Amino acid sequence: MFKKILRILWKDIVTEFRTRELFSAMFVFALLVVVVFNFAFESAPRESILQAAPGLLWVAFTFSGVLGLNRSIAIERENMSIQALMLAPVDRGGIYLGKMLGNFVFMMVSELLIVPLFAVLYNFSFSARFGQFLLILVLGTLGFSAVGTIFSAIAVNTKMRDVLLPILFLPVVVPVLIGAVETSVRTLAGEPLRGMMDWVKILIVFDVIFITTSFLVFEFVLEE
Amino acid sequence: MPESAPHVGLTDIHKSFGHFTALDRVACSVASGEVVALFGRNGAGKTTLLKILALLMRPTSGDYQLQGESARRRPDRTRAQIGFISHSTYLYADLTAFENLNFFGTLYDLSDREDRIQRALNDVKLWDRRNERVRGFSRGMQQRLSLARTFLHNPSLLLLDEPYTGLDPIATDMLDRLIERCQGEGRTVILTTHNLDLRLRVVSHVLVLEKGNVVFDERGTGFSPKQFTEIFRAHVDEADE
Repeated sequence: MFKKILRILWKDIVTEFRTRELFSAMFVFALLVVVVFNFAFESAPRESILQAAPGLLWVAFTFSGVLGLNRSIAIERENMSIQALMLAPVDRGGIYLGKMLGNFVFMMVSELLIVPLFAVLYNFSFSARFGQFLLILVLGTLGFSAVGTIFSAIAVNTKMRDVLLPILFLPVVVPVLIGAVETSVRTLAGEPLRGMMDWVKILIVFDVIFITTSFLVFEFVLEE
Repeated sequence: MPESAPHVGLTDIHKSFGHFTALDRVACSVASGEVVALFGRNGAGKTTLLKILALLMRPTSGDYQLQGESARRRPDRTRAQIGFISHSTYLYADLTAFENLNFFGTLYDLSDREDRIQRALNDVKLWDRRNERVRGFSRGMQQRLSLARTFLHNPSLLLLDEPYTGLDPIATDMLDRLIERCQGEGRTVILTTHNLDLRLRVVSHVLVLEKGNVVFDERGTGFSPKQFTEIFRAHVDEADE
């Protein structure tokens, strides 16, 4: 099954490499949010920026991520190729993991390009705690992709899918976002990881629960 | 498979969407090597039935047996035996013809993938265009590639949902020949259509579905378009059309 999961991921990466539709939309949107808010915070005290900027960063990742999720499932809707995946002898959970990994990779690439720009615009230094911040990015993005992939599959067969996806998905992903923002604020303030292990554990538990549950129920989501 | 078991056996298949009943206790059997024409008006339940046969949809109740075994007991084994053609091509537009077939070949665990892909693309006369993206193909070429995708894993049961819709004359001839070849090779074919002008000479079993019920189920040989029309008119309530 692992080979098939990687093949689904490969298909999404090749498609994206050729069209650049998903990545460019995500990157431009996130960049726009970071740049526009930079002007809003221009005269704010440093303490306020330290508190608010990580939240702003995750808002940018969240909404650009929703754009990515919509596009990711649109690829499967074109020519109804999602049904070809369903016809193949592939465990439905495998289809979920393949699509989820694709969403995760695209979000991570976009985030890793935005973070240095964010650091420059908001005058943050990541050098001391970059590994720690990377771990938070990975855990937060994994949770986001885990929930987003299953909800985009639920929304795909509805007429209002573009509107329905954020309405269904964002309330569920709130625990991940709160955890990611909280740990990001502390990391950027220079706090070591051991001081925020409770939040990191919440992120890990959320990721494990959602990936496992989605893997098991994806069959019922896909089949009418 | 047990000696007397039909290739496909349906018992009391019922499917409802909320208060709407799409299929109402459908029961029928299809023997190996039969070519079944499933007629019915739009909304009669043809596509729903085919989706249930392809494991794309779960019946609300009822039993579906494939080669004497419950089709849902080992779904991957069932899926590996099924080829499905619909009016949608089920292709990835930004992959090339070769990449599409290679992708699906991996999902079906085909060991001699490259040989099969070459044969399949030659069969539909697309080998020379194998490295071009599907997005640049005409509708007819995409349909031909869709045929190649369907036959790539050598399915023993072919499910064709309104397969002639949108086909150009070349692809229509190609599909007719492929169905005739399938019949010659002993594969089972079930095709749905509301087009009574079906020119296929190899149809050996006719089913008519009306409002989710099988209202006609008969085997025979040499059915003609005129006979299809007579059967259809005799069993479908035209007053509702």
